[in-house]
Formats: sequence, structure tokens, C-alpha cells
Amino acid sequence: MAVEAGAAARLADALRRFFDGDIWYSFTRSPVIIVSAVITALFVVSAVFAPLVAPHNPFDLASIDLLDSFIPPVWLADGDPRFLLGTDDQGRGILSTIIYGARISLGVGFASVLFAMVLGIALGLISGYFGGTVDAVIMRIADVQLTFPAILIALLIDGLARAVLPRDFHGEVWFYVLVLAIGLSFWVQYARTVRGSAMVERNKEYVQAARVIGIPPVLIMLRHVLPNVMGPVLVIATINLAIAVITEATLSFLGVGVPLTSPSLGTLIRVGNDFLFSGEWWITIFPGAALAILVLAVNLLGDWLRDALNPKLR
Amino acid sequence: MSGAVQDRLPGNQPLLQVDRLRIEIPNRRGTLLAVDDVSFHINEGEVLGVVGESGAGKSLTGSAIIGLLEPPCHIAGGQIHLAGRRIDNLSYEQMRRIRGREIGMVFQDPLTSLNPLYTVGRQLTETILTHTDLGEKAARARAIELLQEVGIPAAAERIDQYPHQFSGGMRQRVVIALALCINPRLIIADEPTTALDVSIQAQIIAVLKKLCREHGAAVMLVTHDMGVIAETADRVAVMYAGRIVEVGPVADVVLRAQHPYTAGLMGSIPLVGHDVEALTQIDGAMPRLNAIPAGCAFNPRCPRAFERCRRERPELQPVGATQAACWLYDEEQARPARGSGTHG
Amino acid sequence: MIAFVVRRLLQSILVMLAVGFIAFSLFTYVGDPINNMVGQDTTLEQRQELRERLGLDDPFVIQYGRFLIKAVQGDFGISYRHRRPVSDLIAERIPATLELSFVAALLALFIGVPMGVYTGLHRRGFLSQVFLTVSLVGISLPTFLIGILLILIFGVMSQDINLALGFSLLPQLPTFGRGETVQLGWWSTGFLTESGLLALILPSITLALFQMTLIMRLVRSEMLEVLRTDYIKFARARGLTNRAVNFGHALKNTLVPVITITGLQLGSIIAFALITEQVFQWPGMGLLFIQAINEVDIPVMASYLMMIGFFFVVINLIVDLLYYVVDPRLRADKAVAGGHQ
Repeated sequence: MAVEAGAAARLADALRRFFDGDIWYSFTRSPVIIVSAVITALFVVSAVFAPLVAPHNPFDLASIDLLDSFIPPVWLADGDPRFLLGTDDQGRGILSTIIYGARISLGVGFASVLFAMVLGIALGLISGYFGGTVDAVIMRIADVQLTFPAILIALLIDGLARAVLPRDFHGEVWFYVLVLAIGLSFWVQYARTVRGSAMVERNKEYVQAARVIGIPPVLIMLRHVLPNVMGPVLVIATINLAIAVITEATLSFLGVGVPLTSPSLGTLIRVGNDFLFSGEWWITIFPGAALAILVLAVNLLGDWLRDALNPKLR
Repeated sequence: MSGAVQDRLPGNQPLLQVDRLRIEIPNRRGTLLAVDDVSFHINEGEVLGVVGESGAGKSLTGSAIIGLLEPPCHIAGGQIHLAGRRIDNLSYEQMRRIRGREIGMVFQDPLTSLNPLYTVGRQLTETILTHTDLGEKAARARAIELLQEVGIPAAAERIDQYPHQFSGGMRQRVVIALALCINPRLIIADEPTTALDVSIQAQIIAVLKKLCREHGAAVMLVTHDMGVIAETADRVAVMYAGRIVEVGPVADVVLRAQHPYTAGLMGSIPLVGHDVEALTQIDGAMPRLNAIPAGCAFNPRCPRAFERCRRERPELQPVGATQAACWLYDEEQARPARGSGTHG
Repeated sequence: MIAFVVRRLLQSILVMLAVGFIAFSLFTYVGDPINNMVGQDTTLEQRQELRERLGLDDPFVIQYGRFLIKAVQGDFGISYRHRRPVSDLIAERIPATLELSFVAALLALFIGVPMGVYTGLHRRGFLSQVFLTVSLVGISLPTFLIGILLILIFGVMSQDINLALGFSLLPQLPTFGRGETVQLGWWSTGFLTESGLLALILPSITLALFQMTLIMRLVRSEMLEVLRTDYIKFARARGLTNRAVNFGHALKNTLVPVITITGLQLGSIIAFALITEQVFQWPGMGLLFIQAINEVDIPVMASYLMMIGFFFVVINLIVDLLYYVVDPRLRADKAVAGGHQ
């Protein structure tokens, strides 16, 4: 009980400090950031609750009618009030496909950022704690990897998976393949940040003390290193989310990412691209706009967060 | 090279006159007054020491004089005159012509004051070429001469070396040469020795002092090191929380401090021949700029504060040989000054 | 100097060996090369004979060595799909990719760097805010989306827009392929024909935009960083002109980190060319690679990897050397630091 009360008090204290602090202040002072946060939240909420939010279920074959195909947005002649943003070649409402598409884009995005973060923190901690050869090897790999663009690494890993895995099996595990591909191309930044902090902590007394007691020092360090790197890691993660969403969309656009059966925003743009010249621009432009707005909002948040956590730059 | 002797100023006009200078720093919760109504002067060839804790406004005052306050800091009031000419309201270009030529500046950290990508020679000659009509060759000759003056051995060879090839002390010598290369009448030295090894500090101060004397330059020596002040300055101004609390001839301020704050500062440096145990320290810390108390800013830490100190703000007034901003002496004006500071 | 170059060269070779190793592992372990070479009706004996002839039963190290030697000689095997030597395929495709990347790199550099310098110097200026906002949109729009938008505007809608306006505002630009090319030896160039040059416009803008924004933001933040340093303040205190401070001192110091990262960015242009090639059906290496991934054409995948690896290593090497030229701290092997007091 007492422990809980103490934790609650600490939480309340932390919250109070947060709302009193510079970050919350600069947040309330910047309309652009508030709008970005609202847009991001809207995307996340509608993605999570897609079945409740979307007007139609684009994957429910019973509700799709091929006669509804190629209907333009409502405000154009021949628009249909049932389909606010028009329909695609199979008669699916664009708005609904966007909502379901964002669900997949954000799902892959969040999962790969999380994967990269966990991997990066673990490797950074190991690298910083053990030093020596382990450190050298991990950091050289990081150096080399950093010279290659993330998209290329993701493309390669995805291509490899395609080559190794049987075709129908790949159809089932594409999500994990994508998360692995995108996540593996982002771990370096986290690892470098955590490594720096871990190297500082390594020599502190409590780490030596932990070793004496018999607790793995790495675990103890994790508890002390994490709070120190929370800020930078959060900034990296936010900006990474934007890049991860773009990377997934790009892979899907290139036809090697998400399968056609469960389209992400990138897949929708790829499919719609075929109709660009025949005049059905809305099939590709609306998912494109959704993607751009989402990424812009997340980028703005990341940019702002970086400046807010690093007062030197103001 | 003899120090260029500038035209004497008419009458007793000081070289630098600062009147009621106010410097503000706007921030998100209002405006901080970092320098509050500061007035002082420096005579030609004189060394004025400016002491005080970090944040007392010493460096900002120096930056304001040379016109390099970094936004959002700005001069909010008062005037600065150099040799009778008002300089605080000049355009950037007009002020640029004064910088280097009439006012030179030496910064705290010699390791970061020099551009690492250019040879010291190039940095010297570009300064000389900017302000004079000398040609490349003459400028280079002058640069070598300057390096010799500040005591850099083999100057003719080292002029083509990069800053990283010099040690910290040597670099500060280069910085001094750079500040003095156009014979300015005033040098603002902002903590010139703080970043250096203790063993080198004395050398650098000696070089600075010697060169300024030879070149006839007055010096505003900003530091928190009373030892340096006692050794170098002619007069000293003590700053506390954005105001000057005491100003006067160095011997009087050091030995017969009037303001309790100055007395405390003096009490905190060990003097040879004094009982070490008698060292005092000032309790507490200087207030933050957003929490300066009413009345005298020093009153919460002052051992001799009384009721009036918490209400009214004292102005500088003559006390003995110095001027002090303290109510203690207001009432005692009629009576003979109490003279002694509170040593120990 | 020589020691430095040798060390960098050795490191480059090491990276190439690692990349080669990955490429070789692809060959050896992904699928059975024999299956990809022979028909269904080949007997087991014939397969075994082919296997021995190709040396596929040799120890790993020997096979790897053989692979490397062949790669150095430009022999990357035969494409499973096209049934032609991969080196021929690449030689056909490489001019398209390099010409596109070259034009995009020039655009990105010559617009990105001045914009970065401007926004760094005029931090709170109106134009800077405009540039920054546009740049944020620039990095938020994925390359392929920029391409699609440009196609929509200049390829699909330009005539309708011009018609509606009553005058010719937007030119109609080609959105597909390279236009006419001229053969110079084995190199096919689009620089010498009008249609070739026109065809370059949209793809190169698409490819350049993202890099341009990145370079601009990078130069800006480095510029701001440098402008805060003591030596800039000291340069101002010496009364140097704004021009000398900003362009003589600040810009030169900004160059050191900018060269590094810009170099790497330019490297990634070749990689990003792949997306642009897909959007504009530009017949370059990237398009070849995407097809190879979809068709699991291992030799093509492996050699593309090797080519890209090679480009990156070369670019890194050039960047390091430039760095060395700009920064005297690296040049001085025997610094006289310390010196006399």
C-alpha cells in the first residue's frame, strides 16, 4: 500500500513538473504542433478502431459491388453520397480503404520502430558495457550499415525473405518480414545514443556494487541508463516513425512490401497509379495525401520534440 | 614597435563612459533585467577590474560595450560613449569599424576563440587588412612582429601553423595579439585566464598588462578572480545581481572594502600573512535574475542588513575613498566613515 | 597522407569483402543454382557433372575466392531470368541510372547548399520560414509520391489546365522512359537529344527534391551551430566584415561536416534512383533490381548489391579525402601541440 502511495505521489509529481515545464509550455504555444498532434492522434485512433470508424469494410466481399467502381468523389458530377472520396476499380470506398490502409501502415510503422528501439538499446547497452572487441564489432557494423540508405537495406532483407521463404508462407508472415526489414535498418541511432550513456554509467560505483551482490550489472545499468536517454530516444523514435511509414509505403509501392490482399497506403497508391492516365486520379491522390499528411504531422512533432528537449537550439 | 599614442582627450574626459546602462533578456515569462542602471568610466590607459560572481552581469556589460550582445539580449536603456562619441546606438556597420580598431576583445577560452581551419597568420593578417591600408606583405610582417611581441618564439615559422599546433597558453597569446593588432584604445578582456592552467595564468596576465601599457590601451578586465584584480587593476568595480555595488581604487577596495558584499569577497581570498582560519565566506548564493529581492539585492545574505535595506534600493555614493551602494553609510554620512571593512 | 590513404583503402576493401560475402552467400545458399540453370528433364548424373564443372562442391573459401576473382573481372554470372551475362545487363542499364543520379545530385547541391546557408544566416527571416516549411513538406512527401504528383500535373493535367486558363502555363513533359538516346561506345546518353533532355526533367526533380531538402536542413543546422561558436564571436569582435565572418569563417567551418553527410546523401541518390526509376519506368539498374527481387533472380540481385556497395565505398573514400583537404587538424601528422610556454 505504502509503496503504491509513494508511486502515485511520484507520478503526480512528475505530471506536475511536466505541465509546469518548458515542453508543455512550448506545446501550448504552437498551434502547428497542436494541429499535428491532433492529426496524428486522429490517424492512430481511426486506425485502431478502423472497423468502427470506416463507412464500409473494403475486405467484406459481400458489401462490395463491382457496379460501384470508379465513382468520383462526392463533389464531382456522378459522385455518390455513399462514397465520400469516390471508389476504386473494384468498387471499394476510397475513404474506407484509406482508414484500413493507415491501420496497416501505422501497424508496420509502430512495430518496426519498437523492434529497432529494443534491438538498438540492447546492442548499445552491451556495446557500452562490455567495451573492447564486442563494442568494436558492433560499432563497425553500425558504421558500415549507416553508409547504406535504410530503404536499400529494407529492400534487400525483404528480397532475401522472398527468395528464402516459399511463396505462400511469405504471404502469411509478410508483416514480420517487413517489421524485421524496416526495423533492422534503424537500430543504429538508438545503439549509439545508449552506448554513450552506458559508457558513462559503466564505471559508477553502483554498477560495481551490483556485481558484488550478484545482480547482472547490465540489468542495473538498464534502469539507470534508460532515464538518461529517454529524451533522445523519444525524438529518434518519433522521427523514425515517419521514416518507417515512408519506407513501408515505398516498399509497397515498389510491389515488394504489403501484399495486395491487405493494402497499406503505399499499396493503394501503387494500385491507383495505374489509373492516373485514364483520369481516375482520386484513387491514387487521396491515399497519397493521407500518407503525406500523416508523415508531415509526425515529422513536425518529431522536429518540435527535438527542439523542445534541446533548448540550446532555440 | 612603440605603442601608438592616440590623441589625448580634451580635458578630463574619460575614454569610456557608461551611463545608466540597462540590459534586458526577454524570456517566456517576462523580461529579466540582467544589467540594471550601471554607470562607470574608464580613463585612458587605465585598467578597470570588474569582479563579481557568474551571472552578475559583468560579461554582458562587456559585450554591450563592443556591441555584440546576442539576441534576444539587448540594451534597454542608458548610453555608452567612447572618447566622447556615443556608440550604443550605432548601426552594425558603423560599430564594426570600431570593433578591432578602437575596442579589442579577449575571450575566455583560447581553445575555441581561434578558427581551427585557418593559420594564425591568416587570422592576424585578415584583421590587419580589414582595418588598415597595409598590403599583404606589410600585414604579414606586422603579424610576425605582433607574435614576437606577445612572446611566441620562432614567430616567423609559427605564423603559418594552425591553432591546434599551439598550446593553450600560446593560443591565448595569439588571441591577445589579435585583439591588439590595430592598437585599439580599449581592450575588453573577459575572463582571459579562467580556462588556463594556474601555472600559465600569471604569464598571460603579465603579457596582457605589458602589451596594453606599451600600446597605450585601457583595459576592462572582467574576472571573478580577486587575485588577478589586485595585481593588475588600477580601479575595481564590484558587481552583484546586475548592479555595481562598489567602485574605487584597487587598494582601497581590496583593503578597505565598504560594501558588506565586497568585504565578504575579500574575506574569501586568502592573503599572505593572514590567519587562514579567519577566512570567511558569504552565506547563500546570488539570487536568480527572476528572483531579485526588493530593496538592496544583497540584503538576504548581508550580515549587517537592517529594515531599510529590505525596502529601498541604495544608489552609489562616496564613502571614504570609494563609492558604495549601501544604506549603512547613508546615516553615517554625518559621522566619520567607519573605514574598516570586515576582515575575518 | 599516404598512411591515411592506405588505411582508408584497406578499410574500403574490407567493406567490399563483406558486401561480396553477403552477395556470395546469396548465390550459394538461396535456392539451388543448378535448378535455375537446367531444365526439368536433366538427369541427376548430368546435374552432378555440371555441379563439379562449376566447382560447387569445392570448399566454401575456394568458392568465395573464385567468386571474388570473377567479380573483380566483371563476371557476375548469368541472369536466371534473362539468360544473359549479368555484366551485359548492367552495362546496358548503368548509363541511365548514372545520368539521372548525376543531374539530380547537381540540382540537390546547387540549390540545397545556398538555401541552407541563406536560412542559417537569416534565421528569423520571412523567406527562411518559407524555405523551412517547404522543406518539411519536402521530407514528408515520399519520393514516389512526388513523382506521381509531377506526372499528374505535367503529364496528365497540364493540357486541361492550359485550356482552362486560355494560355500555356504548364509545359507538357514526358513521364515515361529516357527519350531518344545516342550511343557513345557502350555508353548510351540522353544528354545529346532534345527528347532525352526533356525526359530527364521530371525524374531528376523527383529524385533531387528529397536530397535537396535534407542538404538544406543539414547545412542550416551546421551553420547555426558554427555561428554560435566563440571563434565566430571573436571574428566579429575583431571587426571583420559580415561577409568575411559569414562566408570566410562560418561557411568554411560548416563545410567539414557538410561534406561528409552530403557525400553520403549523394550516395543514397543512386539507391533512391531505384524508386524514381520505378515511377517513371526509367530503364536503369534500379528497375532491373526490382524485377530481379520479384523474380528471385539471384545473380542480378547479388551483382546490384556489389555495384551499390562499390559506389558507396568509392564515395566514402572521396569524402574522406575531401575532409582531409579541408581540415588541417587531420593533415598535421606531427602536430607541434604543446610547444613551449
